[in-house]
Amino acid sequence: MNDIDIQRRSFLKTSLGAAAVAIAPGMLLIDVAHGKPQTVNGPKSANSKVRWGMLINTTQCKSGCNDCVTACNRENGLSGDTKPTDSQWIRKIELKDDSSGRDLSLPMMCQHCEYPPCVDVCPTTASFKRADGIVLVDKHRCIGCRYCMMACPYKARSFVHEPLHDQKPDVPRGKGTVEACTLCVHRVDQGLKPACSEACLNKAILFGDLNDPESEISRKIRSVASVQVRADLRLNPGIRYQGL
Amino acid sequence: MPTLSSLRFKNRLYYVLLAAGGLVALAGLYAVHLMEHHGHIITGMNNQIVWGVPHVFAIFLIVAASGVLNVASIGSVFGKAIYKARAPLASLLSIAMLAGGLSVLMLDLGRPDRIIVAATNYNPTSMFAWNIVLYSGMFSLVFVYLWTMMEQRMNRWTKPVGFAVFAWRFILTTGTGLIFAFLTARQAYGSALLPPMFIVLSFAWGLAVFHVVQTVIYAWNEKTLDPAILQRKKNLLGVFVIGSLYMVATYHLTNLYFAHQAGFERFILLEGGVYPRLFWWGYVLFGSLLPLLLIFSPGLEKTKYVMAASLLVILGSFALLYVFIIGGQAYPLNIFPGYQVSSSFGDGQIATYHPSLYEFLLGFGGLAIAFIITTVSVRVLNFMPQDKPYISD
Amino acid sequence: MPKRDIGRGGQCVEDPQWMRKNHMHLLKHQRDETVRKGIRDENISLKNCIECHASTKDDSVIARDDSFCVACHRYEAVKIDCFECHSGMRKSAWMQRNTK
Repeated sequence: MNDIDIQRRSFLKTSLGAAAVAIAPGMLLIDVAHGKPQTVNGPKSANSKVRWGMLINTTQCKSGCNDCVTACNRENGLSGDTKPTDSQWIRKIELKDDSSGRDLSLPMMCQHCEYPPCVDVCPTTASFKRADGIVLVDKHRCIGCRYCMMACPYKARSFVHEPLHDQKPDVPRGKGTVEACTLCVHRVDQGLKPACSEACLNKAILFGDLNDPESEISRKIRSVASVQVRADLRLNPGIRYQGL
Repeated sequence: MPTLSSLRFKNRLYYVLLAAGGLVALAGLYAVHLMEHHGHIITGMNNQIVWGVPHVFAIFLIVAASGVLNVASIGSVFGKAIYKARAPLASLLSIAMLAGGLSVLMLDLGRPDRIIVAATNYNPTSMFAWNIVLYSGMFSLVFVYLWTMMEQRMNRWTKPVGFAVFAWRFILTTGTGLIFAFLTARQAYGSALLPPMFIVLSFAWGLAVFHVVQTVIYAWNEKTLDPAILQRKKNLLGVFVIGSLYMVATYHLTNLYFAHQAGFERFILLEGGVYPRLFWWGYVLFGSLLPLLLIFSPGLEKTKYVMAASLLVILGSFALLYVFIIGGQAYPLNIFPGYQVSSSFGDGQIATYHPSLYEFLLGFGGLAIAFIITTVSVRVLNFMPQDKPYISD
Repeated sequence: MPKRDIGRGGQCVEDPQWMRKNHMHLLKHQRDETVRKGIRDENISLKNCIECHASTKDDSVIARDDSFCVACHRYEAVKIDCFECHSGMRKSAWMQRNTK
């Protein structure tokens, strides 16, 4: 290696260093310039002392009744069509016990697990669990890989296969991302019940805070037998079923 | 001695082939554009079969990309001369197929425009996220490996880098297997056997691809492969095909042993229509037994039989992946064990899937990308295996 | 500056010049706060922006070439990635139209 090479190298090194020193404060200033106005008395956020859940009483759920599904579709702006490419956030399942022949009917939706497999597998952390136990898809981060749909033991998720128009202002949805029951998070944050729970005439869907021992749902769970679906997977879903 | 006119013809043929590859790749991109515009509604995929034909192509390419490096490893790690001579070509094929496979996987996303999010928001518990690291690491490592082989001053580093590549590709194929193995709720996938199964499959598929490309390159350059080398390599392919069959059989047998998965096995091996047909005819008969016959029958030592066996192994791999990926999703998820279920969302029913033309265009587009990278590289750099007179080691 | 329909307009966050330069940072920050933490700060939510800035004629921030968002974004050639999923319509108007 000759002298010129060495000189050239040291020149390049020095100038790169100088450039970095020159640019760095400017970059920091940009952050300052973009400083956000502070909100006084920060508004309230999802609270980890709360765990939202539901108790579904299958003995009160009528076969053929679809009121919860209709209410969900209306609340969230879903088309209500049932082609294999259409989104279904909640669905009615008709069951028949193999051994006894007993019939029952129940609504199935995202079970809002404490240990959600969809959150584990999501490569971009788009699937996440809020502090209050609601499992959501952050559609700003979802790249549409559908791995969560493969991982969900309850088939709770749908992929938006077509461009959508005129979505509800409260429920943004869009092509190429995965979506599921949000437990009507936009209603819950206003202190309302999820639409399905409100719509059920037989009061088969009881919504409430599983962490509050005095809530109606907690007292009911203590007094009647209820199970979680696929409890063997130990995901601790927030939705429980009575009479299953 | 080739005449001037034959050289001219070949030159023209080269560009025709390259243009054909380019057209197929463009058709793939056009399919992506349509999928972007209309959404996945124009594919056959739906909320039950969420991964379809593009994933069959992508996983084939990625698994074969890892397996083809076996040829390089036997040379660098175990010091076998005839494999060492083939390590550069194997590395090139690996890069080409990885690029093709990843393109397909990426372009099938619902929001491919947002792929950068995968880098800015990284989820360490996701096998997919780990695979992104494994794939990009593989790219860089194989590039370095190629460099150490083709730049004489770097030759002394070939062995350690070769070791690193050897280890990395094992982890990479393990990662590919784990994408499925971690799906514990699905009858078809939650099995610890899947990573080793994918590793053994990768050996067979990678070597089959290597045979095909090597045969074409030798024919193009009007050279003949030393029959002793051909003999050795085709026997190796035979061993890998037997190994694959063993792993696939073990996977199904363990599933049969678990009582609650017998229903799934009955579906996939007997009653599932297209899936058992593809499995038995496509994978077992045409993709494994027939190639074995071609490989081990005495008197069939010619290149064309090895070529035929390799092509059959590749076809068989697509059949197996179709059964594994799509058949595995078609069988209904057992959400309520002990109950018969029905719903508007396909509960308790076999899901239907009709792959659309666009999915195939995208898949073949991925193959075309691999083809273009290979043909261009083979022309501008020297990837031709340089054999010394064959001495058995 | 392109001609645009500012709807009802007015100022509730910062002065217009500041907002022109920084609205995207506010929106992006607030979107993560709302979606992931459940912090629903009415004042700087996208819905609230639309409530005032949607055109008084068609209740939208995106319906026409001179709509509030479209006019500048087209002028600056910056793609808006909000309204593929979010409604560009004033919520009160949307509710009125869709509930009979």
